[in-house]
Amino acid sequence: MKDMNLQDIVGEYREYTLTYYDGTSRKIFVTEIEAPYPDGKLIVSTTDTEGVITHANQAFVDLSGYTREELIGQPHYILRHPDMPRVAFKDMWETIQAGKTWRGYVKNLRKDGGYYLVYATIMPNFRDGEIIGYTSVRRKPSRRKMEAALAEYARLRAEEEAA
Amino acid sequence: MTYQMAISPDFPPQQIAGWYIFNTWLQNQLGVGIHLELYPDFPSQREAILNDKVDLVYANPYDAAMLIREKGFQVLARPQGKRDEAIIATHANAPFETVEDLQPGIRLAATIDPAVYLLGMMMLEPAELDESNVQVKRVESYPVAAKLLLQGEAEIAFFLKEAYEELSGLTRQQLKVLVDSQIGDLFHAFLVGPRLASQADAIREALLGMSASPKGRGVLETLGFPGWESVTLDDAEFMINLVEALK
Repeated sequence: MKDMNLQDIVGEYREYTLTYYDGTSRKIFVTEIEAPYPDGKLIVSTTDTEGVITHANQAFVDLSGYTREELIGQPHYILRHPDMPRVAFKDMWETIQAGKTWRGYVKNLRKDGGYYLVYATIMPNFRDGEIIGYTSVRRKPSRRKMEAALAEYARLRAEEEAA
Repeated sequence: MTYQMAISPDFPPQQIAGWYIFNTWLQNQLGVGIHLELYPDFPSQREAILNDKVDLVYANPYDAAMLIREKGFQVLARPQGKRDEAIIATHANAPFETVEDLQPGIRLAATIDPAVYLLGMMMLEPAELDESNVQVKRVESYPVAAKLLLQGEAEIAFFLKEAYEELSGLTRQQLKVLVDSQIGDLFHAFLVGPRLASQADAIREALLGMSASPKGRGVLETLGFPGWESVTLDDAEFMINLVEALK
């Protein structure tokens, strides 16, 4: 996946190199600017079994800052924020690959380096008993629960970095 | 053989005549007998679907999921430009401005429209409200939900957006919207079942061409939308996945 483009970044930024579960790496630029989650909107996307985005609705386009064309065909980890611990995604993948629904609070990275906060439900889509992909629905989180989750993620990140 | 048609029970009462006129129009187009059964509520229509008593159905998103996935129905068309959205409303004088102002123990008036209920509950999540800390009062219709708000018997109510907009002007003046969903991916759709599968293409063609004839346009006017638009299985699958995820 291509590095983030500095020309897209709005505001002061930090630079990271993220390495994803499949071994690919990407340079990203991160700001502290939050894009507030609009009331009543639902971000909906589907991926194939590898996590490659196959559908994205308008709210996904609006909140992520990417065009639909930029999202379709990319791994869902294009949204991965460096403040999210690896263990959260490990737990998510283990849950959905086992055919179960995962729910959790997620900090997502925007194209412009900012972030948005969601409560996500991710569930497998079955055909004839086989998982053929996944659907993710994100909505506005409870502020209190989101803050508790972010504090826990910060602790887990610190543990991961120390290891 | 006479086939059976059902219309999702959440249509506005003023459209009852329109669906009978639509049925007459459709029978003329296809040259087959179709009986229109208007089920009084969601459970009775669902039971009819489960017992294979429905061949054609104008279905809400929740039922469409089951009809396509479990009953082998094909999706043919959806009303042009129309999407299903939900509203949470309260009394105009209520001390709430946003969903986050709502507190546990609040009284909620809700119909048993399953898609609206799912959306409404989802929109309560930012306030950490769910069935465990909300008193749900089930009501038979949206006007009754509005009445409960006006009489102070419920603090909030869930509405299908379309139904909210059809409340009288006087009623709406006394209410206010706390949040309205802006999803754009949920819709009612016209579906055909396995017994009529051989006619699916003919029905789709008739629906999509309906707005081209003066007679068709007249029928559409009574149904409250300008025409039918095509919907792919892909669109329908996306919607079904969304409904499943909200359950």
